[in-house]
Amino acid sequence: MKSSIHMTRRRFVLGSLSAGAGLSLGVLPALELSAGHHGGDVLDEVNAWVTIGSDDSVTIRIARSEMGQGTLTGLAQLVAEELECDWEKVTWSFPTPGDNLKRKRIWGSFSTGGSQGVRSSQQYVREGGAAARMMLVAEAADQWGVPAASCRVEKGVIYHDPTKRSLRYGEVAAVASRQAVPTEVALKDPADWTIAGQPLKRLDTLEKLDGSLIYGADIQLPEMLVASIVDCPVMGGSLKGFDDTKALKMPGVKAVVPVKTQTGTDGVAVVGTSWWHANEALKQLNIEWDLGPNAQMNDASITALLESGLDASEAFNGNWEGDVESALSDAVTRVEAIYKVPAQNHAPMEPMNATARYTSERCEVWCPTQNGEAALAAASEASGLPIEQCEVYKTILGGGFGRRGAADYVHQVVAIAMQFPGTPIKLQWSREEDQMHGFYHPTTMAKMRGSLDEAGNLTGLHMRISGQSIIAGLMPQRLVNGADFVTFQGVVKGGLNPGMDDHQMCYSIPNLKVDHAMRNPAVRPGFWRGVNVNQNAIYLECFMDELAHKAGRDPLEFRLALLKDKPKAAAVLQAVADKGAWGTEDGLGRGLAVLYAFGSYVAACAEVTVTDGELKMHRIVAATDCGTAVNPQQIAAQVEGSFVYGLSAALLSQITFDSGVVQEKNFDRYPSMRIKDMPKVETIVMPSGGVYGGVGEPTIAVAAPAVLNAIFAATGQRVRTLPVARQLASA
Amino acid sequence: MAKLNLNVNGVTKAVDVDPSMPLLWVLRETLGMTGTKYSCGIAQCGACTVHLDGQPIRSCVLPVSAVSESTKITTIEGLSEDLSHPVQKAWAQLDVPQCGYCQPGMMMAAAGLLNNKPNATDADIDREVTNICRCGTFQRVREGIHLAQDIMKSTKA
Repeated sequence: MKSSIHMTRRRFVLGSLSAGAGLSLGVLPALELSAGHHGGDVLDEVNAWVTIGSDDSVTIRIARSEMGQGTLTGLAQLVAEELECDWEKVTWSFPTPGDNLKRKRIWGSFSTGGSQGVRSSQQYVREGGAAARMMLVAEAADQWGVPAASCRVEKGVIYHDPTKRSLRYGEVAAVASRQAVPTEVALKDPADWTIAGQPLKRLDTLEKLDGSLIYGADIQLPEMLVASIVDCPVMGGSLKGFDDTKALKMPGVKAVVPVKTQTGTDGVAVVGTSWWHANEALKQLNIEWDLGPNAQMNDASITALLESGLDASEAFNGNWEGDVESALSDAVTRVEAIYKVPAQNHAPMEPMNATARYTSERCEVWCPTQNGEAALAAASEASGLPIEQCEVYKTILGGGFGRRGAADYVHQVVAIAMQFPGTPIKLQWSREEDQMHGFYHPTTMAKMRGSLDEAGNLTGLHMRISGQSIIAGLMPQRLVNGADFVTFQGVVKGGLNPGMDDHQMCYSIPNLKVDHAMRNPAVRPGFWRGVNVNQNAIYLECFMDELAHKAGRDPLEFRLALLKDKPKAAAVLQAVADKGAWGTEDGLGRGLAVLYAFGSYVAACAEVTVTDGELKMHRIVAATDCGTAVNPQQIAAQVEGSFVYGLSAALLSQITFDSGVVQEKNFDRYPSMRIKDMPKVETIVMPSGGVYGGVGEPTIAVAAPAVLNAIFAATGQRVRTLPVARQLASA
Repeated sequence: MAKLNLNVNGVTKAVDVDPSMPLLWVLRETLGMTGTKYSCGIAQCGACTVHLDGQPIRSCVLPVSAVSESTKITTIEGLSEDLSHPVQKAWAQLDVPQCGYCQPGMMMAAAGLLNNKPNATDADIDREVTNICRCGTFQRVREGIHLAQDIMKSTKA
């Protein structure tokens, strides 16, 4: 029933947008689009987070981006919980980065990555909701001439029981902002939650069911032209020239323009009235490139570079205990293995795009971005206009996965729009452009060395990571004496972020060293869903499996013994082992993995069979202890989805280079899991309270090692170089 | 350029377009119907799936000139007037979409399967719903197809 009420209201909201659209072939007036969703006829801001219409509709402002991960709904639940409004009357809108700047960053950070959407803003959005409630109550109390403390609120209605009076939020909202902003707010105990913590439906589902949601790719503005771009196929190369004779004769083609940006683009775009023709025209340009210094790079050269770090004497330390070299030399049994993880692209379903309108006074950008403020800064840098004269209107993203934290496409579209002052330009990348100009998941290798005593106990572990650093590639100013600690996600000592024990290694190992020989090929690295936990969990958890087998011990028992100091890690592992029927002899190969990542303890138990080299994943049981669960059904959705994304990478896809050029230019050579490949995922959400752990990313890391370990259990074959698929076929 | 009549969601639309232009781009750009998505352009991912006479096809590689005037084109905008198609109801009930960008194509693939096989099995789904979803909504897509079947049966009964 809940959804039907939302459905009615959402249809009204969309109806008002599409009425305008119908008049001019889907043209959305900029103002309407920038304002996003309206929840009622008169909207009055109680505070920055909450506006309430006279019809009681509540619009909650969401600063973080929505790319499918459900943060929009989760944050709205947290605000609504403290506001004590009627959830059925809640809708949402995106404040603009320009407004945030004008209002001294009242909405905090817009950055949406690192599974931080709820984690790093839950405190102040809940306070925002509570403050709005207090102001609404104070207004009602003033109107009644009674103390605010004698009033109570239920579902958006303020009651004064002694005099049996009531006022709806919609009746006082228009003037509530005149009340003093509370300096102290008390937040609810999550045990008392009725909106947050519940498995509520997403607020953004219905408009995704009839094609009415406007993604960045769908933006249409009056007089808008569209563009397709091709950047130099080799990173660091440059445009030498092109012949636009043929292209300019093609239907709808208006211009062919060089595009050079501060973020490294040196390419050419075709601008016209039809994107398909613009994109076809690109192929007729006979472009001459100077391919630059990286035109010799190929997979062999990248692998050689990575291999050079496996035994290098110099490396950055990320974790250490005792004396690992002594432990290794004293070992009864030594185990050694080398693993390799290739580069990956994000490949969101919506290829990169952005729309810009530039005049000498103003630069406006409409785009799907994971970081609205970075997009705003990019608009200013690219246009040369002061940031106060720029604005960004965010859309919901057709996938992000880390890719849309970058603003390279904003620089590009502004560079094009500046050549057409006053005319909006929508730049849409082709899938090929998206594949060839990514910020790729870093490629690394690891040399794992372990020592066992007579009883089969792990006495020492050395994990040598060799390979690419994201921080060195994207923000070298954040290296610490040359080191990139983000490389050590999931295996670090102490914790990655100040004040948080994020990403620390769960196992207590008496002699331990985790170090990183940084080796950076000329491949642009980037943050990716999970990112470094993905390969670190493969290295650590597959090697733990190898050690357990070498020790003749059960991999579950072997791990639990090392998790004695981390009961929450042990609990999630035990939970998946129990539900995953660990130890059952039924012809299925089972594999385990456990990790602490993004503030959450996660584990997986995979069940597979391998027949004639063909892998069949039957089921994966996953457990997550994220501390506080804001929306359990969305957590389950994230776990299910993270496995598809992580296993597509581990099993099927990779980015390779030949002569500096990405070889996987589309989904034909960059395969992704389809419905037939998806195992049944059973999610256990087991929040132990307290912290707000991440949800979108942690479980991705345990999917691959659990499956790889299950493959070993099923076949006796260790796959240590990813992706898996062809190796089993040839086995 | 060629003057063509297209029957889109029950309405005849006159267009004057390059006959080699894929149907996807005629829908999105000439007709301004942006519910049908571009993603790969080579018929790999299915984000552009629409129905021709009830059969799902990938519109990103189909020249518009190959679509006759009598062919009924159905897009996500025309699946129902009011989110009442069983697939839309099932998708709403199970909160299937994540980012949602692939879902118009996914839903058209699902609806097309159910047109052909109201009693589609898991094996039918595996074989005929081959769309890519990078968010990984497949588990709920499968549940959604089965729920849509139940909804279809209960409305017929």
